[in-house]
Amino acid sequence: MTEEIIIAGFGGQGVLSMGKILAYSGVMQNKEVSWMPSYGPEMRGGTANVTVILSDERISSPIINAYDTAIVLNQQSLDKFEPLVKPGGLLIYDPNGISRHPARTDINIYSIEANDEAARVGLSKVFNMIVLGGFLKLKPIVDAEYVRKGLEKSLPSRHHGMIPENEKAIETGKELIKAKHLLN
Amino acid sequence: MRELKLMKGNEAFAEAAIRAGADGYFGYPITPQSEVMEYLMAEKPHERTGMVVLQAESEVAAINMVYGGASCGKRVLTSSSSPGISLKQEGISYIAGAELPCLILNVVRAGPGLGTIQPAQSDYFQATKGGGHGDYRMIVLAPSSVQEMADFASLGFDLAFKYRNPVMILSDGAIGQMMEKVELDEQITRLTEAEIIKNTPWATTGKTKDRERNIITSLDLDSAKMELHNIHLQEKYRQIEENETRFETIQCDDADYLIIAYGTSARISQKAVDLLRAQGIKVGLLRPITLFPFPSKPIAELANRVKGILTVEMSAGQMIEDVRLAVGCKVKAEHFGRMGGIIPSPTQVVEAMHQKIIGG
Repeated sequence: MTEEIIIAGFGGQGVLSMGKILAYSGVMQNKEVSWMPSYGPEMRGGTANVTVILSDERISSPIINAYDTAIVLNQQSLDKFEPLVKPGGLLIYDPNGISRHPARTDINIYSIEANDEAARVGLSKVFNMIVLGGFLKLKPIVDAEYVRKGLEKSLPSRHHGMIPENEKAIETGKELIKAKHLLN
Repeated sequence: MRELKLMKGNEAFAEAAIRAGADGYFGYPITPQSEVMEYLMAEKPHERTGMVVLQAESEVAAINMVYGGASCGKRVLTSSSSPGISLKQEGISYIAGAELPCLILNVVRAGPGLGTIQPAQSDYFQATKGGGHGDYRMIVLAPSSVQEMADFASLGFDLAFKYRNPVMILSDGAIGQMMEKVELDEQITRLTEAEIIKNTPWATTGKTKDRERNIITSLDLDSAKMELHNIHLQEKYRQIEENETRFETIQCDDADYLIIAYGTSARISQKAVDLLRAQGIKVGLLRPITLFPFPSKPIAELANRVKGILTVEMSAGQMIEDVRLAVGCKVKAEHFGRMGGIIPSPTQVVEAMHQKIIGG
């Protein structure tokens, strides 16, 4: 198993930490992982993205230009990464703020209204975990017990009280994810 | 079982330096290596091992603090990124001339000048050919993973003290910033003053009645003595070439074509090897781990049996000069690279192999 993922959105949406939690979950389940962020003068409101690779084998390049899964959380990221999903791959997007929707017909496309849900429950901080839940529903590459361990490792101990909310958000995401275009 | 963590390359290096028994770190912040000092400041190694961490007023001050610490036989290090490393060159030349051990990390960003903060490998010449003045060499280690960022901290100190020579770890922004699994060594206890006096009898540890003064200097106005000193240095560098050349070969046994790349480019090239082999083309990868000493012999041997060599570097082509020196006219050797902070993709490496080597 090798899963090559790009997670992209606005800075401040929790893109990098979502990738880190996924990567740490992989470490806890004894997988090879890499987490390669875009870095630079990027900050809240700018764009941020991270490439996460989980594999049962040694990972060659942490930098790639074709992805099994793209998780995109704003228009710029959708425009940039939709063309880079491998044929037969997966695209997940949050329709909030999206005016040009994905149009490819050779990949599976799902939407998740995580932004609206996070606002509805009044917990904007768990937005990224709702999205992660949606992804894990479609590609259960790490088991729930290891996601919990990943959360414990990724979050500073002063935030461990938030782990149940994060786990609940992951479950919510699993219910919220909706198919938009499916390959036969 | 060593401790398993998910860390950035910069953080892994910092933690490994503490565990390698470092006595002091002196630095000045610059992207993309600021996590080294940030991690050390947050970790407060003074409370764990007694290691000193100090943000100097400038890069020039930091490298001269390293000079001072190393003169006393201490395990000291500094880190910076390309423009900052340029500022340190005078100090590095003095340290090499005075034959002092120390560790210098360069997390390379694109130049020239202030350039940009994105990754590059355009400091190869500076690192391997002597960025400062005079006939000197550093031992240059090129990590291509977060694990090697950690491992080379202790290896770097060992080599530095074995040869009384500065060791540079030539990394880049991608390896500094990315996170991977890393297994960390257990803590090595810092040396006591008595152990330092015993292990490094040349150090300025305080003159006792039973020995001559230890003088640390790179200056000797007597040219005859200075030539002898230079001859001694060159003999040491030849010994380093003999003993310390390190490299990794991947799928070279049956290779018709060869890629040579280090650091981040080696990781990308490894994927390119897989893609090319999926096309039925037998390609291997030679990854230099030491850039000085350069693995000229194994490259020359492989040149006898491959049809072409492609070097991949995030530069205009610097290591290619050493590859061509090693290969001579035996086989075609071409360069492919991106500059200015652009990282080549594995598919671009595949295309370059087709255009420049297989079809060229």
